[in-house]
Amino acid sequence: MRRFRPSLTWLGLLPFAAFVILFLFAPTMKIVFGAFQRADGSFTFENIAGLFTPSILSSYWISIKISVASSALGCLVGFLMAAAVILGGLPKGIRSPLLTFSGVASNFAGVPLAFAFLATLGPLGLVTVFLKTQFGINLRAMGFNILSFWGLTITYLFFQIPLMILIITPAIDGLKREWREAAQVLGATGAQYWRMVALPILFPSILGTFALLFANAFGAVATAIALTGSSLNIVPIMLFAQIRGDVLGNPHLGYAMALGMIVVTATANVIYIWLRLRAERWLK
Amino acid sequence: MSFLTIENLEKSFGANRVVKDFDLSVEKGEFISLLGPSGCGKTTVLRMVAGFETPSSGIIRIDGQEVVRLKPNQRNIGMVFQAYALFPNLTVAQNVGFGLKVKGTPKSEIDTRVAEMLDLIGLSDLGGRYPFQLSGGQQQRVALARALAPRPQVLLLDEPLSALDAKIRVSLRNEIREIQRRLGITTIFVTHDQEEALSMSDRVVVMHEGIADQVGTPFEIYNAPATRFVANFVGTLNTLEARVLDPASGRVTLGQTEIALNRPLPGPTATLGLRPEMVSLGRGTHDTALSGTITEVDFLGSVIRLRADLGGQSLAFDTFNTNRIAPPKVGDRVELGIDAGDLLVIEG
Amino acid sequence: MKKFAAWAILLLGVTYFVLPLIGMTEFSLSMRRGEYSFDAYAKVLADPQFRQTFGYSVIMSLMTIAVGVLLVVPTAFWVQLRLPQIRPLIEFITLLPLVIPAIVTVFGYIRLYNTSSWLPLTGSLWGTNFLLLMGYSTLSLPYMYRAVDTGLRAIDVRTLTEAAQSLGAGWVLILARVIMPNVLVAVLSGAFVTFAIVMGEFTMAALLNRPAFGPYLQLMGANKAYEPFALAVIAFAITWACMGLFQLVTRFSKHTKAAG
Repeated sequence: MRRFRPSLTWLGLLPFAAFVILFLFAPTMKIVFGAFQRADGSFTFENIAGLFTPSILSSYWISIKISVASSALGCLVGFLMAAAVILGGLPKGIRSPLLTFSGVASNFAGVPLAFAFLATLGPLGLVTVFLKTQFGINLRAMGFNILSFWGLTITYLFFQIPLMILIITPAIDGLKREWREAAQVLGATGAQYWRMVALPILFPSILGTFALLFANAFGAVATAIALTGSSLNIVPIMLFAQIRGDVLGNPHLGYAMALGMIVVTATANVIYIWLRLRAERWLK
Repeated sequence: MSFLTIENLEKSFGANRVVKDFDLSVEKGEFISLLGPSGCGKTTVLRMVAGFETPSSGIIRIDGQEVVRLKPNQRNIGMVFQAYALFPNLTVAQNVGFGLKVKGTPKSEIDTRVAEMLDLIGLSDLGGRYPFQLSGGQQQRVALARALAPRPQVLLLDEPLSALDAKIRVSLRNEIREIQRRLGITTIFVTHDQEEALSMSDRVVVMHEGIADQVGTPFEIYNAPATRFVANFVGTLNTLEARVLDPASGRVTLGQTEIALNRPLPGPTATLGLRPEMVSLGRGTHDTALSGTITEVDFLGSVIRLRADLGGQSLAFDTFNTNRIAPPKVGDRVELGIDAGDLLVIEG
Repeated sequence: MKKFAAWAILLLGVTYFVLPLIGMTEFSLSMRRGEYSFDAYAKVLADPQFRQTFGYSVIMSLMTIAVGVLLVVPTAFWVQLRLPQIRPLIEFITLLPLVIPAIVTVFGYIRLYNTSSWLPLTGSLWGTNFLLLMGYSTLSLPYMYRAVDTGLRAIDVRTLTEAAQSLGAGWVLILARVIMPNVLVAVLSGAFVTFAIVMGEFTMAALLNRPAFGPYLQLMGANKAYEPFALAVIAFAITWACMGLFQLVTRFSKHTKAAG
């Protein structure tokens, strides 16, 4: 009987385990294995090799660039805004609305977000037209296009910045007043305090958020499709088109592309975990 | 001229005046305590000396230099906070060396000084640990070393012992005092614990509602409290109302007993203070005897705390426990011996 | 100086966030030439496809919430009570959907559960809807699990359970009558986030060919001039309402905790 009890305990996890295996692990594994199979099921590296064409490589490269740029800027701006509101001596009443708005904006992604930016920075957008008529600044002639690297990055920031604010605010709250004061009284300038104490303490949180934002941007499909149609070759759009209509002419190349996405986000997270372990020797 | 002087210091937060007309002169190498209940303004005074709060008015001078306009990082002050102010991301050695590092001291010099400081606090082998690996007492010793490493002119201690266990508190306060004496550093210590203040300080400032009620040696504060607040806050004190018979010579009656205080007393009544340990059971060799009825007996082990009624006034007193004499019982009529010179006249 | 910089940063940030909202609102009101009107909204609301897709997504949201509750509450409860040692693992698993892109997951679904597979879910309408529901449930898993886990941590699960057991209650009764009411607030906050996510979801629904609100929005964006912006405003309003309710619930829970 004693042997039987533990297995009953584990039985309580059965529904969750079944769900996770059937709808999270198995589909992912299917992709991973499919990437190394021919149509007849035999093993091959052809699909992986097939990724190394200029157009697919450049789509990964653009995707990674957009993801890095939008997460780095998202972290930076989100951090500055959170720090400004918490530490900048602004009225306390600002904080709660900012967090509520961040909750809304971080969830306002996808298709509607693309519309909002088309209406603002698109060819006939509010800001585009305003700048042209009031100041004679022609964004288009200056090379700006909403259907571009920068256009997409600026759009993604709309959900990246608020996500950073939401995650970093409790971390900044966790900075003790005594640390700042101890640093000051020991002769440190504000910059020295930030460089030697505050930022190293916040580093793991910032890093974690960066990894999350990266995955967030890298997998974003809806905003990109609604914004650019298929004019910008980023990985999610290509994969979307491939799943819909096998535009690459090889069904298993789709598996390889999807596997590539998993590898990229997984790599980002492994780097994150590794850096975090290094940064957190002083914890635990 | 004193090393640290504070003149007419005032601080208001809005309409709330938390420090009022505060004056203090501290000699070089002196250990001064600011003692008072929470909210009395003692921490605010300390924070103004450190530079974290700007005084509403008044002057603070360190070694002749006016410092009110200087930022905290320009004052060359060492400070130890209540608790957990070590930088969690830095090792013990890096914490101690922080003040030197931000000043751009060469690394070899920092290492020497850090080793010296760790030796001073007896934690030489823990330089590589992180704060979370230390006990509370060890953390506060590291905080002390960190504050002292850059050779500050003044050391400020903001209730550094209050977050620690009672036992460590006592040993650490001796250690702090010992280090302070050895380095001869001018120190201001903020506490709400009278025992700490009395045992550690050269002089104590008792604060109350933003005002310094009394400045004096622990002996003076305890034996000659200047105000009713000081008398009540420091130690246990009986307050007794006496009728003044002769204002000029200070003859009063306390209960049925006439006592000559040999000092002029205004008014028809006077408030007298008497420490419990100054009263003995039985007249003995004392010059004055009071009679009363025992109303309370608390057996505390080595000491028995008793309370007697002196015709309407209550007097608490202590007697040592011996196995030869049984303690009195409630309702016993007793004679109590006191010395007229031990009676404190409480003003205000 | 510091205050000035803080204000400057905040104002720049607010400008960035407000301009697109103004932009889309302005466009949504500009259908009639030369004056503002609600014509675009009227058009949208009168569109039967809008009502169908909107209704479909609302029902899917509610079902996703139901699946999430049934899946997450017992699991989180059981882990807290009997298997605290594997909590980090469960937490890690529940965070995976934030890392594995939705498009990858749904691609896996299509290939794993196609008509020639062992479980041909995509072969029937019912099966595809079910698959989409499961997909939505994975998307909501990180939010739902975190909310419920935090809620459970705030109460003494063990004592409550043992007290209920000593009174003769079975597991179902304990979950339904003792645990659920105590984590209701947490569940609600997870539910609002889930609702917002599912209402706007595009990728999964589009690739599974289900008539949800997200693909409808995209379709309109490709084919109409002003209606998409009216739809964007509506979508924003829904998100705002969900988050507003989320805040309200969270604040309410703080008050009851303080009172209790």
